[in-house]
Amino acid sequence: MATFLLLALFLCTTTGGEIAMTYGMKATGEPERLRPKQVLRFLSRAVCNGWFWVGIPLMAISFYLLLILLSWQPISFVIPASALSNVVGTLGAKYILKEEVNAARWAGVLLVCVGVALVSLDSIPVR
Amino acid sequence: MVLAMVVCANVGDLLLKRGMSTIGAVRFTVSGLGQAFGLTVANPIIWLGIFFLLGFMICYMTVLSWADYSYVMPAGAFGYAVLTFLAVIFLHESVSPRRWFGVVLICIGVMLVGQTKPRTTEVVAPQKGVA
Repeated sequence: MATFLLLALFLCTTTGGEIAMTYGMKATGEPERLRPKQVLRFLSRAVCNGWFWVGIPLMAISFYLLLILLSWQPISFVIPASALSNVVGTLGAKYILKEEVNAARWAGVLLVCVGVALVSLDSIPVR
Repeated sequence: MVLAMVVCANVGDLLLKRGMSTIGAVRFTVSGLGQAFGLTVANPIIWLGIFFLLGFMICYMTVLSWADYSYVMPAGAFGYAVLTFLAVIFLHESVSPRRWFGVVLICIGVMLVGQTKPRTTEVVAPQKGVA
């Protein structure tokens, strides 16, 4: 039970952090070129954005929750279960970030989720 | 950029798992969490993992500045397919049909998402493109 509560908290903080980060990066604007100098300039602009500082603590919490989950459960459980963040994240992208998630994108996300689960479940030892 | 993101994320995750395995199960109490935090920050494998995850973060932030979150996110799963191919080619591991099926689903999923428009929201702070 504690594992599933922790997993739910992990999914919420992951999605919340990434949505805040996406919002901040969109507001920052893309780097002029993919050269170290321009990317560094972009990063310095990004860290001045308030949404970046909303996203970072949430992502830090989700990171620490992932560490706890990994110490409690085998990676073959944690990684497939964390693949659910694709679905939660897509819902967040659609309803919070107002991204256009069409049928093809939904189908792709769901296929990726099932695929990740199958790939990871394969490594669970048979009892 | 997305490929660098995928490589950094997967190497980082593997290093974290290895580092946390040396620490053992974390007790979910104040003292247990404090003790785990102390052991975590003193572990060089965890720091190496964090270094790779920092590389992932920079790539991720850059990509998110111009592409949709729902477009970038599924691409991260492509790492599972890459890892499987690397395991077969370099480690000569045998891969079960179930795992191959999972890899095929991931590849189709990433291709489906890849065919959609990378950006569907309005430009907030217009800059010269990197795509």
